[in-house]
Amino acid sequence: MPFPLLTSIIFLPLLGGLLILFTPKERTGTIKAIATAATGLALLLAVALVLKFDCGNTAMQFSEKMPWINAGQMNVNYHLGVDGISIGLVFLSALLGFFACIGSYGIKERQKEYYFLYLLLNTGLLGTFLALDLFLFYVFWEIVLVPMYFLIGIWGGPRKEYAAIKFFIYTLAGSVFMLLSILALYFTSNPHTFSMLELANSGSTLARGFQIALFVGFYLAFAIKVPVFPFHTWLPDAHVEAPTPISVLLAGVLLKMGGYGFFRISFPILKDAAIYFALPFAILGLINIVYGAFVAMAQTDFKKMVAYSSVSHMGFVMLGLASMTVTGFNGALMQMFNHGVITGGMFLLVGVLYDRAHTRDLDKFGGLGVKMPVYAGILTVFTLASLGLPGLSGFVSEFMSLMGGFAAFRLITIISVLGMVITAGYFLYMIQRVLLGPFNQKWSNITDISRREVFTLAPLMTLMIAIGVYPLLILNFQSPAIINLIQHIGGKLF
Amino acid sequence: MSVLLSVKYFLPEIALTGFAVAVLLLGLFIKKRMVLGPFCLLGILCAVLLMPQSYKATSPLFSGMLINDSFSEFFKEIVFLVAGLVILVSMGYRVFSDEDAGEYYFLLLAVSVAMMIAASSNNLMMIYIALEAVSLISYILVGFLKRDRHSSEAGLKYFLFGALATGVMLYGISFIYGLFGTTDLAVISQLLAAGNVNIFASTISLLLILAGLSFKCALVPFHMWVPDAYQGAPTPITAFISAGPKAIGFAILIRVFLKNFFPLFPAWSELVSVIAIITMTAGNILAINQEDIKRMLAYSSIAQAGYILIGFVVGTALGIQGMMFYILAYVLMNIGAFGCVVLISNGLKSDRIEEYSGLSKREPVLAFLLAVFLLSLAGIPPLAGFFGKFLVFAAAIQSRYYILAIAAVANSVLAVYYYVKVIKFMYLDEPRAGTPVSARPVFGATGSMAVKLALIIALAGILVAGLFPGLFIGWISASLL
Repeated sequence: MPFPLLTSIIFLPLLGGLLILFTPKERTGTIKAIATAATGLALLLAVALVLKFDCGNTAMQFSEKMPWINAGQMNVNYHLGVDGISIGLVFLSALLGFFACIGSYGIKERQKEYYFLYLLLNTGLLGTFLALDLFLFYVFWEIVLVPMYFLIGIWGGPRKEYAAIKFFIYTLAGSVFMLLSILALYFTSNPHTFSMLELANSGSTLARGFQIALFVGFYLAFAIKVPVFPFHTWLPDAHVEAPTPISVLLAGVLLKMGGYGFFRISFPILKDAAIYFALPFAILGLINIVYGAFVAMAQTDFKKMVAYSSVSHMGFVMLGLASMTVTGFNGALMQMFNHGVITGGMFLLVGVLYDRAHTRDLDKFGGLGVKMPVYAGILTVFTLASLGLPGLSGFVSEFMSLMGGFAAFRLITIISVLGMVITAGYFLYMIQRVLLGPFNQKWSNITDISRREVFTLAPLMTLMIAIGVYPLLILNFQSPAIINLIQHIGGKLF
Repeated sequence: MSVLLSVKYFLPEIALTGFAVAVLLLGLFIKKRMVLGPFCLLGILCAVLLMPQSYKATSPLFSGMLINDSFSEFFKEIVFLVAGLVILVSMGYRVFSDEDAGEYYFLLLAVSVAMMIAASSNNLMMIYIALEAVSLISYILVGFLKRDRHSSEAGLKYFLFGALATGVMLYGISFIYGLFGTTDLAVISQLLAAGNVNIFASTISLLLILAGLSFKCALVPFHMWVPDAYQGAPTPITAFISAGPKAIGFAILIRVFLKNFFPLFPAWSELVSVIAIITMTAGNILAINQEDIKRMLAYSSIAQAGYILIGFVVGTALGIQGMMFYILAYVLMNIGAFGCVVLISNGLKSDRIEEYSGLSKREPVLAFLLAVFLLSLAGIPPLAGFFGKFLVFAAAIQSRYYILAIAAVANSVLAVYYYVKVIKFMYLDEPRAGTPVSARPVFGATGSMAVKLALIIALAGILVAGLFPGLFIGWISASLL
């Protein structure tokens, strides 16, 4: 049997978490070391995975499959695999999982519990992207909820309890309907199977009306995670209250679970329904882009502004998906990766400022560029990437999404472009309020960004620039799989 | 099989009865539950060991009154599980005095014997007698704290409702006898299969029996006794009545309705599906605002019965499998949760959910265990409660009961709110000023150890059944009717 690479990536964090459970809680140094080692090893294995990945091959690679629940009428397999669609997100999860772990060193309370839950969360996230069996997928998907609830609820801000339970109930409400759709897929397939790959071949034989009903079930789960308007209201609450490293994982990885679900499940399995819903997807994408940007502009809380900018950015994923073109799909998938890197970094930067100033009120800063030159530089680069400056990664994916969208929905795409202008508006306005202008004497003791913080941001920045300059770096991985998917659905090979 | 021949297949029940009488006598001289408890566990172990022998019976026992099929075997094992766990939990319950230990354990073993007989009964009269025995002993156990007014009130309420419900059930059985000329289920199902029955009249009488069983399973509208009885009863007994009689009630429901009266299935399944939806919705909505954890768990167990009922409404093999798996999971997690409540109340002297604030700091292990049991009740994977829900939902989807399935999942979201509320108090909130810093100085250390042992067994069961449900499903599908 070959080395179970994917299993190791998923369960290394959990293994670390179990070790932490048996470590006395006073030994915080050991606990941190275990957590860092576990996420670090997972990242190393993810890098190995990326290096050994065969880009030209559109089939599942590094597959692992064995029967799990095989009794009565249930046939569940422990089935993992990675292809061009999931590899970027697996790498992203491992990357942010490691750097947000280092970013967690600032947490001083109840560290044992924190790192245990943090590692459990990582296992859930990685598993979601690697599972190829719908039952397994659902289990990982739900495992994410519980640690997230505690991480927001215990270590969060003033309204943490409200935000935590809202997150829990909201996402659970979506996912239970997904469970029903999964079951319906299972019982309508012959022989009964939870395998995503087999269902992708057999799903299209279902009647269109039935496909649409199942699609709606999945949609509720995925749209809440993305989040798509009007299911986005949990996101600002969760983001604002969550501690910095958890915000990073929320924006960087958790939101991608929804988009990934569309790519992996809804579109390939229920393709007639996907085509049927293309226009609503485009309209929802437009609303997300423009509405999210306007709301972001109105915020005075730094974190809330970034949270709403996420809503806006995820709109491009919806628009790209709606286009049913290779370019649009590529843009959408890449946008998820880029948004994870950029917004993950943005939340780290907000955290850097908050740790020093203990406020996130944009109007209370001013002229910080003088006192914190390094911070100012990094923040500016991330902001420019986020608002889509050519040469940085955000531009490439947004441009591709729009280009794909334009081929399918002209008017909607034209209006969506406005979103980019508004985005530029609120980000530059933020820079002006925080970094420029007269120096606010209140912050005369503020220190510049520390070396540990730069260390967590540097790799993200490198990725941002590298992908911005040379997008093939990521397109090479995902494009063959995307072309395969588009051919399967019957979209345009544009 | 004649009476004399049947005896050797009836040994587990006889052995347990022997132990019950012995513990009553022993209790006169040794007034220590630390001695009597393990003695009872020994009795249960004996009964378990005698089980394989008794299941070599090839034909019904006692002239068709009892039948030792693999279905009843499953439920007898559930009875042993419930009894064993409750005996352990009782050893650590502060409120009991050792004075009454003999009597108490006698009643527990006696009710176990009655439940075993109920699981095997294949005759409506036998079912009635066995259930009545279960009920009568349960009334005494609920009111066991003689000097506690709540306990006496709970016992009285339970008794009044129970008397009415079993009366209605007996009424229904008399109709059945009038229609079929027998109470033997095997004969009745032959008559039904032959056709030639008055469908309307037999459905009406069946519904009367359903009313009686609804009381045992705590289904709406026969649930009124549940909150008061659960809250007033000694907590280990609350754990017991929430698990044992309920499981047996469902076993009889399956045997009577889905096995022997199955030809009438279309006549009652729609009605029962409405009952299922109302039961889970009412249970969940009423649970939300409860301030006492026992009362909250009481309403939660009403809702749980609603989920179990889904499998019953569907009536397929998968549905029954789902019910049986769910009952197994439910027994483990409910007794687990009540076991935690026992230990926590030993320290806090209170069952109010608010008092649980910051419990994770004072009692990390207990808080963790209770959180796991609650999350399992809420149906979060990979715990056993999730897979139970998964199976009954699957059964509903398989047979295209979409509305029922949607109502059920919507309910399971609603339920998360109140389960997680307890977790919120334990983990998210700070300990309140005035509550003891540590709940340590609890009633006898060995007693708590016994409860903890029960909790660990329940936890292990939940994890194994959640992660490897295949192990149990294989066993369950072999014991389908």
